[in-house]
Amino acid sequence: MEFIAAGWWGVLIAVVGGAVRVSTPYLFISLGETLTERSGRVNLGLEGTLVLGAMTGFAVCYLTGSPWLGVLAAGFAGACMGILHAIICSLPRVNDIAVGIALFIFGTGLAFYLGKPFIQPRAPMLPAIPLGAWSDSPAIRSALEISPLFIIGIAIAFGLRWGLKNTRWGLLLRMAGDSEDAALALGRSVNTIRLLATTAGGFLSGIGGAFLSLYYPGNWNEGLSSGQGLMAVALVIFARWDPVRCFWASLLFGGASALGPAVQTVGITQGYYLFNAAPYVLTLILLIYSSSPTQMLAGAPRELSISR
Amino acid sequence: MTNRSEADDVGRHSLSSAHGASRMALVTMLAPSARGFEALILSLGALVVALVLFGIFAAMTGADPIAVYRTLWLGAFGTRFSIENTLTLAAPLMLTALCTLIPARLGLLVIGGEGALVVGGLGAVLAGALLTGLPWPVGTLACFISGAAAGALWIGFAGALKHWRGVNETISTLLLNYIAIAVLMHLVSGPIRDFAVTLKAQSWSISQSYMISNIPGWSVHWGLVIGIGVCIVMFLILRYTVLGFSIDVAGGNVRAAEMAGLPVGRLVLLASCLGGAAAGLAGAIEVVAVHGAVSESLVVGFGYTGILVAFVARQNPLAVIVVALVLGGISASGGLLQRRFDMPDAATVVLQGLIFLCVLAGNALSGRIVRTGGN
Repeated sequence: MEFIAAGWWGVLIAVVGGAVRVSTPYLFISLGETLTERSGRVNLGLEGTLVLGAMTGFAVCYLTGSPWLGVLAAGFAGACMGILHAIICSLPRVNDIAVGIALFIFGTGLAFYLGKPFIQPRAPMLPAIPLGAWSDSPAIRSALEISPLFIIGIAIAFGLRWGLKNTRWGLLLRMAGDSEDAALALGRSVNTIRLLATTAGGFLSGIGGAFLSLYYPGNWNEGLSSGQGLMAVALVIFARWDPVRCFWASLLFGGASALGPAVQTVGITQGYYLFNAAPYVLTLILLIYSSSPTQMLAGAPRELSISR
Repeated sequence: MTNRSEADDVGRHSLSSAHGASRMALVTMLAPSARGFEALILSLGALVVALVLFGIFAAMTGADPIAVYRTLWLGAFGTRFSIENTLTLAAPLMLTALCTLIPARLGLLVIGGEGALVVGGLGAVLAGALLTGLPWPVGTLACFISGAAAGALWIGFAGALKHWRGVNETISTLLLNYIAIAVLMHLVSGPIRDFAVTLKAQSWSISQSYMISNIPGWSVHWGLVIGIGVCIVMFLILRYTVLGFSIDVAGGNVRAAEMAGLPVGRLVLLASCLGGAAAGLAGAIEVVAVHGAVSESLVVGFGYTGILVAFVARQNPLAVIVVALVLGGISASGGLLQRRFDMPDAATVVLQGLIFLCVLAGNALSGRIVRTGGN
């Protein structure tokens, strides 16, 4: 009895630790997607951006020996994908969601193609900050090993919320997302604003990919990402386009993703694949919960195609 | 209703089709309007541009582009063996393309073909393994019906969520893909696993007598004929029936359709179910004609390539037949590219992504190449 109780404590700690560890890519992508969607466009191709970022980050880190240079390169690869999305979407009669699906296929294909030589090697990893050093329990200690990217992500989340609300750039971005007419009346090019927003969003998503390949799980292979980029799009809807709520939602998704491996550690092997599907089911349930058939979602940018 | 801009332009027979109709006999047969002719030019142009870009990409990674093109041709259509390979791959692509195509005519962007194919395969296996001793065509038919029904329910669920809860169908069908694969892996790892097969986790097998054979003289299974047949039937339904007309009206303008008294909600459900049934049938055919059981090898991306087929075909079911052959050919030549040039197998995925991007960018030119009276 006691053993089982301890086992379930272990699951809880593992889920909390997993939430902190696994949530970082969700956080970065959802922040990138929030930025893009607040400007009035949907980028569904962030899954491709994520995979390409992971590959680029790992490759650059392997070739130069510097993980932080890898993170930067991953961001730039993501920004390039963002520029591509924005340019194609700025053409008339082009559907942004369809372009996202195309970039999803293109980005993954490119990453698998160029990343083939980097599947075997090991590269230096990003350092971890041991916040759990005070504890004797190895479980707690490993749960509280925090990546610097996680902390940077939190800072960006709060910074974005402040910036969107209080700065001139934030106002212009929201204006492009809420009313093209207003932006035109002010003589601002909606396409330019969206180009910048999508590029910045791609940059953040690329960094999310670098976290996967350079911190956790910390290698490069073709099964590295399992739809985090897509779930992040749903996560943004659930978070109502608010950067700080994106952070809390990312923690929730991270916890759901950690459920499968955590349950396995206490010896429950049955239903392993079903537990691994937990984040997808959770996403779907949250999507059903937060959608409405009749009215626009609260906080949704007015020009956005998925919320109309 | 979302994403109308896409469906606005794609292969819909406009009421003004009389203006440019008799341009060319073949073109008229494929897409009987000036806009159909334009769609053909745009898709062909996108294909050529994508191939050029792929050649540049190949040259940058150190391969000779001309040799790469020749290998693509050899692997797709160059020999009898490669043609058979291409035809075998094209069969499921035709059906998964319909999974995107039919809802797209309503303005929905469904990308759940992969998941519907997987549950379709599961449905076929359950029917084929549990219902034993049925006479010849009945058993096979039971597998088909069970697979199509499973696919219909799967995508129909997304349609229902769209209709009653306003859940975005693109995201929900994408999530359903991952859930379907997880369910498949769970089932073949235990509940329906055939423990006699030790090399890999594989489900029970269906009765041998339910399997379908190859077309006489070819090593291509009858699934190809089924795929072509379903595409033709869907073309006739969408073009010549009240249902097809209603779908096009609702896809063109939801408010107008509602004003005219069309049951838009029911159309959403029906289109999703029809699309899902097509992809489910693709899964059932893979089981009944190729594998005889389900395993991870059912998940090879037919669903995702099917989305591309639907877009290149500009949502015209007859064009889907041709486009599925072209893209099936590209998939078929992947292995040869890999062996000849030591290219990673993702090369064909890169090419597919380029084609997709070029086709979408080409939409910007629609309405500018051929001017129609009604436009």
